Amino acid sequence: MPHLDTLENKSIHIFREAYSQLGNLCMLWSIGKDSTVLLWLARKAFFGHVPFPLVHIDTHHKIPEMIEYRDKYAVKWNLDMIYGENAEALANKNTYPDGKCTRIECCRLLKTEALSHTLSGEWPRWRINHANGKYEIDSNTEPYTGVIVGVRADEEGSRSKERYFSPRNRNNDWDVGNQPPEFWNQYKTDFAKGTHVRVHPLLDWTELNIWEYIERENIPMVSLYFNKGNGVRYRSLGCGPCTNSVQSEAATVSEIAEELRTGKFANIAERSGRAQDKEDGGGLETLRREGYM
Amino acid sequence: MKKEDMNIVIVGHVDHGKSTLIGRLLADTNSLPQGKLEQVRETCRKNSKPFEYAFLLDALKDEQAQGITIDTARCFFKTEKRNYIIIDAPGHIEFLKNMVTGASRAEAALLVIDANEGVRENSRRHGYMLSMLGIKKIVVAINKLDLVNYSENVFNSIKEEYGKFLAQLSITPMAYIPVSAFVGDNLALKSENTPWHNGLTILESMNAFPCEPPLTQQVFRMPVQDVYKFTKNGDDRRIVAGTVETGVIKPGCSVVFYPSGKSSKVKNIESFPQKAIESAFAGQAVGFTLDEQIYIKRGEIMTIDGETPPPYVSAKIKVNIFWLGKQSMQKNKKYLIKLGTEKTSFVLDEILSVMNSSDLSASAAGSCIKCNEVAECIIRTDKPIAFDLTENIANTSRFVIVDKYEITGGGIVLADARDEESDIQKRVMLRNYKWEQSEISMESRAERYSQKPVLLVLTGERDTDKKLLAKELEKSLVEKNGRFAYYLGIGTFLYGVASDIKSQDDTSTEKIRRFAEVANLMLDAGMILIVTASSLANKDLKIMKTVISTDIETIWVGSEITTDLEADVVISDDVCEENVAMLVDLLKNKGYMFKF
Repeated sequence: MPHLDTLENKSIHIFREAYSQLGNLCMLWSIGKDSTVLLWLARKAFFGHVPFPLVHIDTHHKIPEMIEYRDKYAVKWNLDMIYGENAEALANKNTYPDGKCTRIECCRLLKTEALSHTLSGEWPRWRINHANGKYEIDSNTEPYTGVIVGVRADEEGSRSKERYFSPRNRNNDWDVGNQPPEFWNQYKTDFAKGTHVRVHPLLDWTELNIWEYIERENIPMVSLYFNKGNGVRYRSLGCGPCTNSVQSEAATVSEIAEELRTGKFANIAERSGRAQDKEDGGGLETLRREGYM
Repeated sequence: MKKEDMNIVIVGHVDHGKSTLIGRLLADTNSLPQGKLEQVRETCRKNSKPFEYAFLLDALKDEQAQGITIDTARCFFKTEKRNYIIIDAPGHIEFLKNMVTGASRAEAALLVIDANEGVRENSRRHGYMLSMLGIKKIVVAINKLDLVNYSENVFNSIKEEYGKFLAQLSITPMAYIPVSAFVGDNLALKSENTPWHNGLTILESMNAFPCEPPLTQQVFRMPVQDVYKFTKNGDDRRIVAGTVETGVIKPGCSVVFYPSGKSSKVKNIESFPQKAIESAFAGQAVGFTLDEQIYIKRGEIMTIDGETPPPYVSAKIKVNIFWLGKQSMQKNKKYLIKLGTEKTSFVLDEILSVMNSSDLSASAAGSCIKCNEVAECIIRTDKPIAFDLTENIANTSRFVIVDKYEITGGGIVLADARDEESDIQKRVMLRNYKWEQSEISMESRAERYSQKPVLLVLTGERDTDKKLLAKELEKSLVEKNGRFAYYLGIGTFLYGVASDIKSQDDTSTEKIRRFAEVANLMLDAGMILIVTASSLANKDLKIMKTVISTDIETIWVGSEITTDLEADVVISDDVCEENVAMLVDLLKNKGYMFKF
């Protein structure tokens, strides 16, 4: 079986286990290439349907094109689209771009905090109304007990230690040193009230696998990934102020894949353009222990 | 050509240098991301720690502080031939569950032993867990050879000691390689420090691991994950979804679901975005619509009607369990079993034997199974569940145990705990009931052939030449004595009638039963039938006697019987000609060969 098929089948299996076993399920969609591949796999797993809500954490510092793309496909693919945010931090301008905190602190407030309170239902969730295409406050505030996330083991050290089904306690903490065993395609699907499980269908995929799959399946991508004639493109998408573009001529999916296989990026880590990683001693462990994706 | 993909796990005792070996291998083959080596060197300088290759892998802060691997890490690695995922498993006993997690993702293993420390507890325990997890492709790296002056003697004595241990698990490693991960000997390049080593380097040995053949040759099995009926956008399909474990299926196939026994026919194999596909095979996550709408649910195993063996259905099962829970596994306490997609509660009914997985010593079966122990036991599930035996289809014989939300153990199914013989007996009764009776009686056939059918079983230790004797006897009976005799070779049988049984263990019950059924047919046809078997034991003979209606004569070849068999005749294995004459006489004297 070709490797991409092996990866695809495993991911679909994980999706179906999660859907069958984990009560109140949602999936995080960051609009980036990984979680968009994840969305595509969900549609495959459920034969064209996505039977759970997609949650996007809006830092309001994302590159504008990402939000346009999100709303376009939310309508086109009939997605149950939800976004959450840290309204207080944004109102007080308590952010890195506003000069009031460090990058790491900003990530913690706008992403980690916003995520955990949106998942728990304590903070408002904005849900798309397909009748008018507008976001409205969701009346459902039940906590999500299963959260599907598109992290990959090859991204950075702490992610390489992840499980496919990774439990989190009430405070979203990740107990790295004491993770459940996971073997023979059997996952942790039983959990105590108040805890939840992060599900990682893309754990075994590499950045190159992602692009090869996007090419094979012809998955629409936000255009920020491509060089539009000025010799720069984004390799990894995050907030505008903390994500740098890279010098690259790659203008199509196959050119990006080729660049990763043999070109200038064959030996350079994907997240090298993400400034917050460097503040954390070269890894994301501190953020991730507290609930960062 | 498209590159192959393979997952390899690195296991072994704590501090024997697993992470160092991988780190060094990555560095020496330029597989690290640009700047990674420098970054780790810089971090070490800042913290005034000597640089270690292991830091490249032990990415977690706790691990760098303590200098051990806590959890399994993955790294990606390429050679000309393959893309590898290297899984670094922890060697500390406390983290055995993490080792199991890492190893179960691999199809081959590199087992590291410190030449200075020699074979240690977890060298053996990890070897045992590999065999339990079904990983048979193993290379043993004897590491830190620089610390013992590259001594060939040290290397050989470890090789011998560990080889003996693995032999007890029926594992033969593909290679033993002398290395020093720290220095870089025999990892990517052959080392001048070990001129006495003519074998492979680590890199070469990895590329030499054969790829796992797809499981499409086995019978079809798919644990049902879910049944979907998404009505959005006018979708009216009812789709049975799951991942095919083994075999192949096509639209139109008649299917049976176990344990319910409900049957239907595959209408379409559903797919998205394309409409429908032609066939589904092992490894694919698929969905089916069925011709007849039947009510089935998650937990059942989908099979193709008529393929054999069908799965077992039972509530009393003989299993081999490895226990990872901090609290011991207790008798008569409720646990959950997850096998395939089935999840139900069960109790530990009986502990038959408990074994220390680090030295294979058996301890008296007590009332519980302690952390990191392995036990053969009988469990009772709340309801009958469907499963296969590990010797038939490994995938659907594997299960995990859940105690209070946590996976705390795993196991494989050895047998349906209904008595094996009574089970075989039941089948034989049914067979006899359905048997097409011939117009020709056994007696009239015997009269026509001037012989009574009999099965001669030539057995003895593995290295005695039973085949030669069998062939010479067959020749003598047919050519010299003009009888109807036939030698049924084990290979003829194993790769034909028993070709769907995967196990290496040729004494498995099902193989013997089938062998006996084939023998029974030939005996029914009036033959004097000769077969050979290595180290036949009493229980094997019992199965044969249950299945075979005619007489059986057992002949032990060799000076003394090394099993519990009570053989009819014992002959020495040196003089073939004399033995043939003796056995012909025996057939005459016991009245199997009539006088012409």
